[in-house]
Amino acid sequence: MAIIQPIAGELEPHPDVALVERVRAGDVAAYDALVRKYERQIFRISQHITQNREDAEDVVQDAFLKAYEKLDQFQGNSKFYTWLVRIAVNESLMRLRKRRTGKMVSIDEDITTDEGSVPRDLADWAPDPEQNYGQAELAEILRKTIQGLPQGFRIVFVLRDVEGLSTEETAETLGLSIPAVKSRLLRARLQLRERLSRYFHRKKGSRHAKPREAAPRETNPDGIGGSEK
Amino acid sequence: MTCKEFLALLDDLIDGTVAAETRAELESHLSRCGHCEVIFNTTRKTIEIYRSHEIYDLPAGLRDRLHAAIMARCKRNCS
Repeated sequence: MAIIQPIAGELEPHPDVALVERVRAGDVAAYDALVRKYERQIFRISQHITQNREDAEDVVQDAFLKAYEKLDQFQGNSKFYTWLVRIAVNESLMRLRKRRTGKMVSIDEDITTDEGSVPRDLADWAPDPEQNYGQAELAEILRKTIQGLPQGFRIVFVLRDVEGLSTEETAETLGLSIPAVKSRLLRARLQLRERLSRYFHRKKGSRHAKPREAAPRETNPDGIGGSEK
Repeated sequence: MTCKEFLALLDDLIDGTVAAETRAELESHLSRCGHCEVIFNTTRKTIEIYRSHEIYDLPAGLRDRLHAAIMARCKRNCS
């Protein structure tokens, strides 16, 4: 997973700067190093947005090719990775548009404005709740849960919390204001927390906390993995 | 501090971007409000779980194939 890096006060140039310079000078091997470094992250981001494996594979290819072709346009004001992520996000949204012909696809879709409600009837979680599930089962729970988030929340959560972009980088990548990123991040985190509670809540008298066994309902219990609409 | 005010600053508390004075107010609220304590702990855990589990892994075979395809086209464009 990506590590959050401080964006302010960086005195040493990012190691990608030298690689990008080498690519510009015609060194394809340097681009090979950049692809290896970031292909997993770009695949994850594309998969989160398109929710389709084939599309995500295509996006990985297209995004890296486009970045290679447009490297002259990369100004160096942002990190190479952030610039690459922006290309991948745009390519992913284009793929979605192709799949949903005639329908608008944007990072604003499905965003509602129910600001500031305080969750109630909270169930605490078991200690280390993920230990109650096998790796594959846990991954499926996490996938289903995040897939149920509105697109505009999901992208912000993935870039900010999973891939480790700063708030400023996320805003720049998605063309959103910083307050918009902050607002979406809070709501994404709270919605995910609430949805995961169905699986991870502390169950009296049992080490296990599986949702099929009379899971307590929290506020707004819409279906895990259900439609975004 | 009300729960609503706490919630508005929840992200800043989780991300460690609050001033010392505000942090003290938030922590004081946490010590008195079981609801907000649960929200704080489980939201932090939510982020941690998503950060530490690879849910869309790129298998080595696919990674190699994609990598080869990208580099082949880059080299072609280069020549």
